[in-house]
Amino acid sequence: MKTHFDLKSSLQENRLFLVRATTLIIFVLILFFALIARLTYLQIETHEKYANLAQNNRVKLSVVSPVRGLIFDTHGRVLAENNPSYSLELVPEQVQDIAKTIKQLSALLPITDEEKRLFEKRRKQNKRFASVPLRNRLSDTEVAIFSANRHLFPGVDIQARPLRHYPFPELTSHVVGYVGAINEKELKTINQVNYRGSRFIGKTGIERTYETELHGYVGYQQTENTAQGRSLKVLSYTPPLSGSNLTLHLDIDLQKIAYDALGDYTGSVVAIDTRTGAVRALVSKPGFNANLFAKGIDQTSYNQLKNSSKRPLFNRSLRGQYPPGSTLKPFIGLAGLDYNAIHPHQKIYCPGFYQLPKQSHKYRDWKKTGHGMTTLHDSIVQSCDVYYYVLAHELEVDRMHHFLHKFGFGQKTGIDILGERPGLLPSREWKKRTRNQVWYPGETLIAGIGQGFNLTTPLQLAHATAILANKGSAHTPSLVANINNKTQPLTKTIPVQLNKPQHWNLIIDAMYDVVNGARGTARKIKEGAPYKIAGKTGTAQVFTIKQDEEYDEDSVVEHLKDHALFIAFAPTKNPQLAVAVIVENGGHGGSVAAPIARAVFDQYMTPAP
Amino acid sequence: MNWLFQKNPQTSHYHQRKGSIFQRLHIDLTLLILLALLSSIGILILMSAGHENMGLLNRQATRLGVAFIAMFIVAQVPPHVLKMFAPWLFFLGSLLLLGVLFMGDMGKGAQRWLDLGFFRFQPSELLKLATPMMVAWYLAERRLPPSHKHIALATVFIAIPTVLIAKQPDLGTSILIASSGLTVLFLAGISWKIIAWVIAAGASLAPVLWSFMKDYQKQRVLTFLSPEEDPLGAGYHIIQSKIAIGSGGVYGKGWMHGSQARLEFLPESSTDFIFAVFSEEFGLVGCIALLSIYLLIFIRSIYMAIQAQDTFSRLLAGSLSLTFFIYLFVNVGMVTGILPVVGVPLPLVSYGGTSMVTLLIGFGILMSIHTHRKLLSS
Repeated sequence: MKTHFDLKSSLQENRLFLVRATTLIIFVLILFFALIARLTYLQIETHEKYANLAQNNRVKLSVVSPVRGLIFDTHGRVLAENNPSYSLELVPEQVQDIAKTIKQLSALLPITDEEKRLFEKRRKQNKRFASVPLRNRLSDTEVAIFSANRHLFPGVDIQARPLRHYPFPELTSHVVGYVGAINEKELKTINQVNYRGSRFIGKTGIERTYETELHGYVGYQQTENTAQGRSLKVLSYTPPLSGSNLTLHLDIDLQKIAYDALGDYTGSVVAIDTRTGAVRALVSKPGFNANLFAKGIDQTSYNQLKNSSKRPLFNRSLRGQYPPGSTLKPFIGLAGLDYNAIHPHQKIYCPGFYQLPKQSHKYRDWKKTGHGMTTLHDSIVQSCDVYYYVLAHELEVDRMHHFLHKFGFGQKTGIDILGERPGLLPSREWKKRTRNQVWYPGETLIAGIGQGFNLTTPLQLAHATAILANKGSAHTPSLVANINNKTQPLTKTIPVQLNKPQHWNLIIDAMYDVVNGARGTARKIKEGAPYKIAGKTGTAQVFTIKQDEEYDEDSVVEHLKDHALFIAFAPTKNPQLAVAVIVENGGHGGSVAAPIARAVFDQYMTPAP
Repeated sequence: MNWLFQKNPQTSHYHQRKGSIFQRLHIDLTLLILLALLSSIGILILMSAGHENMGLLNRQATRLGVAFIAMFIVAQVPPHVLKMFAPWLFFLGSLLLLGVLFMGDMGKGAQRWLDLGFFRFQPSELLKLATPMMVAWYLAERRLPPSHKHIALATVFIAIPTVLIAKQPDLGTSILIASSGLTVLFLAGISWKIIAWVIAAGASLAPVLWSFMKDYQKQRVLTFLSPEEDPLGAGYHIIQSKIAIGSGGVYGKGWMHGSQARLEFLPESSTDFIFAVFSEEFGLVGCIALLSIYLLIFIRSIYMAIQAQDTFSRLLAGSLSLTFFIYLFVNVGMVTGILPVVGVPLPLVSYGGTSMVTLLIGFGILMSIHTHRKLLSS
């Protein structure tokens, strides 16, 4: 559009612009007088108030950190508490020359270069008026020395701060977890106001999962201070809201029995009350001294933990994913019954190996000579592999997947603690999706004996055992029983329903004979038990034996030895506790893992004297 | 408002002196004097607020020098050339904004800077000028008041930089840019009915805007509404700045005697909160004087806008005038606690470079518009 000169409309435009410009001027004058009015109000009306505040801008606001909630076990024993600890702190804003002050301070108290470095780092992260710790964990003598010289150091003071302490640092290092200094990543996600006075945050386990409940809410205190920053009197006080106390289902005695029973092995023990889903023991061995983290761990100790070949920082109970091995057989057997793939009394001949039609590869049984004619019952009691090769071939992978999924395999159990791994329950669809490969029939066979792609966590195994013990119905595993005496609700899992409910008993009877039968793989542990255990042993291969090689237990290096597994529940009738044990490189489930479960049952079933 | 200046003998003489030296240099003396006065006051306050840090003062003085030179240079460019460049500048600025969004340098957690290797550049500064130029360029070619279609397109031009800058996130600048563009629309004469509708729609869209804000921006708004919620954090600024201003009283504590700023109770005392230092030291009397200088600069600028001879110049000049005052209002409003803290500096006084250069280039444009008129003797 080309503009053509149009005098009339140009004049109109001029007039319009003049009106609009005048409006703007009036608008600006209004804003101008609004500002003047505001300034008049501040500088005349409320002048006195602010003059007073400025006079002694000594009215100092400080945060009052909430006390972190305590954590108890099911019998009320303390698992996490707060102990007082003294730290030397510096408010950068109130210190004239920080470098000089630190130098003078180091003449009084030893301050390491590392501490100086940390102080500089924290100082940059904090506001100038925030108190920054220079040294933590002062001894009583050091507190006394500084107090005597306090007047020489304006802006430097000793603060009593509670420090998290774990009475059972190694036993609870994974389940309760630990707190540590808030890092930069966490700083972005937390509520800045609420964490104003906090320097620790839950890093793992219950401490992390229930951080909100444990932390509480910050309070404020207005104090009148001298020019040096010494407080004279408290003007106002908004109390903080203490963190909630948590009571866990965990039984620290049981936890200790399980932990000790693992001996020098690494591994995990999980014990779940079958009636409620309450987790009574959640052990991952080795643990570590959680108090090191709560105090602020030094780099050397941290690297030692991190690089240790036993991986103490790794929570095996939730995150360790192991092939379930033969412990999967009761579930596969149940699938066979439910899908009508086998009859309960049907016998399958086990020559010690199995071959797929038209293939030369021999799928071996652990017993070279074979088990002969084997029923479902025998196959569980003696852990016959060939029986499950045949059954798996009949069922095929997707039906196994579908059935086992109902027992929680291949998915998180939903326990109330973060970091759980889902394990792996293979299917055709899974293999296509993740590897873009077709499923081979041979893979079905080894999946049938809990090897191959199958992976489970110890927690999953215990949970699945609880479902089996209860004949289908169970609760989601839970750790926290109540928060500030408020009972936490239990969640039921979707019940597993069989076409014929009597099939449950067939499997449970077989598991009973694993322990109590004359030929059971875990018969050793029945001696002297006043209650009846039902279980299943398992041995998980860590590496594959070549076709013509033999697995020679003695010649295999320690870290390539088989994992020993055992799942069990007791009493067989009216079950109370389900247990899963995994002993890394332990060898045989029956001889190594089963006795650990027995120790746990003994502690749980025997009433305290 | 013409009477205000026509009665003033000095200004009317000035216009009659056609080829005066300032006219030929394309400088408006009145505006120059006011701007120089303001900058000098700025340096004085900075001396106090910056604790006589000579390095700080030197840097500020250098920037002021650069900014004034930039103003003189821009004043030489005739308005029709500016108009020609308007769409290109806008286009370039918007592209750079996109560049910043995707590969900008993170400074203070916000992506605003574009690193061009030899110097770092904030494209949002370019758009502070390019946006009103673009809208003025677009509307100047149409019959005014603009039709609905033209209003809609102009709104799109305003929305592009506003949204991109709000995403950086820089709420303060984004508000200033939106207001500069909308001022052009207002001056172009959009009907009051539309304005009323927009205000109504804006009020109902506020919750939507809220959901787009970053957490720290929400925090600022919440803190503004109740500073006592977080007295040690975000609320600390406002509480301390009110103490500084209030304690200044009518006459102030005297230059270099403001205890709040000197004792470092007041954060960001040499940048966004410098007005609090001034108020503490010079009191209400000083504040009124300082604000009056700003008001005079605005009035002189809007007068120049009214005097402008073509639509583009007029719209642009009017927008630049108002934006300058909005700058002041937002800053003083936030420092005195009637507006949320959005991070807008006190124009020409706060320590910090880029925005000062932009502001003075804006005044360069105003001078160019005013001094390139074809003076018809009436």
